[in-house]
Amino acid sequence: MNMHSAHRASVSEEIRQGLADIAPVLVAMVPIGLLFGAICTTKAWTTSEVWLMSTLVFSGGAEFAAIGIWQVPVPYLALFVSTLLVSARHILMGVSLAPKMHAFSGWRLWAAAWFMTDEAWALGERRARRQPITIAYWFFMAVPVHIVWVASTVTGSIVGPLLGDPAEIGLDFAFTALFIGLIAGFWRGRLTVWVLVASGGASALVAMLVGEPWNVLAGAAAGIAAAWFAAPDEEAA
Amino acid sequence: MNVDHRILLAILMMSAVTYFTRLAGFLLASRLTLRGRAKAAIEAIPPAVLFALIAPMALAHGWPETLAAVAAGLAATRLPLLGVIAVGVGAVVALRALF
Repeated sequence: MNMHSAHRASVSEEIRQGLADIAPVLVAMVPIGLLFGAICTTKAWTTSEVWLMSTLVFSGGAEFAAIGIWQVPVPYLALFVSTLLVSARHILMGVSLAPKMHAFSGWRLWAAAWFMTDEAWALGERRARRQPITIAYWFFMAVPVHIVWVASTVTGSIVGPLLGDPAEIGLDFAFTALFIGLIAGFWRGRLTVWVLVASGGASALVAMLVGEPWNVLAGAAAGIAAAWFAAPDEEAA
Repeated sequence: MNVDHRILLAILMMSAVTYFTRLAGFLLASRLTLRGRAKAAIEAIPPAVLFALIAPMALAHGWPETLAAVAAGLAATRLPLLGVIAVGVGAVVALRALF
């Protein structure tokens, strides 16, 4: 095998692994996307508007929050603040992932950022623990999330009134289970226990006392602080 | 295309905000090298953010959801992602019927 075909084989292997890693995420996304599209029809949004929203905003959390507070006249300031709060975690996620994105420069980094969802980011972090994140791996793992999110939300806006309540068959729990599976990939022993206790405790508490999305910022901050304090001294040296 | 201009304006504003947050971390940190406690803190971001996102459902929603989260956590020690989702969703359906 010459070098050229060896390179091609490794690219196709990166593509295959990217698609394989994201497949279960896509399965978990479909009911959530259908639900979002269906909710939009209750606020009199058209299918074109749902398509535009999912294509350009591309964030389940921000979109659910926005449709929840949507009314006419449009509360633009509330929409801006809620979108910023819901999305602020992406700044932290980018800080964590950026040093592992050696292969991305210039416009490739800007394009990679467009497709950084919670799920793509988590799989990227998991990948980086074993091997470098290649351009082929990232885009073939992250872009299908965009395609399936747009397709499922648009479908939900069309068939919305026919859909039942996803909670009846437990599908509202699919993302919780998916994220638990992803967390397992970041296990670092005792330190992780402290991070999860702090993050989960703070998030659940703030969700009850204040409400979403503040709980995400509070939980993330508490978990990060816990890691800072619980990190062993020899590592701090 | 049947798009209300107020909806279009809201979507463009939200799109700018979400893209800004996705890009900002990349641009801030692409030349960052960290050691010690700072490194431990940055490495804690993935589990901290992921658990903060699901904690209201996993810890503060009710017993069926909390027990199903434990079941999914146990499944995560030996099953691939799709198996973890199947165990979690199956457990929550069974436990909600029970409680």
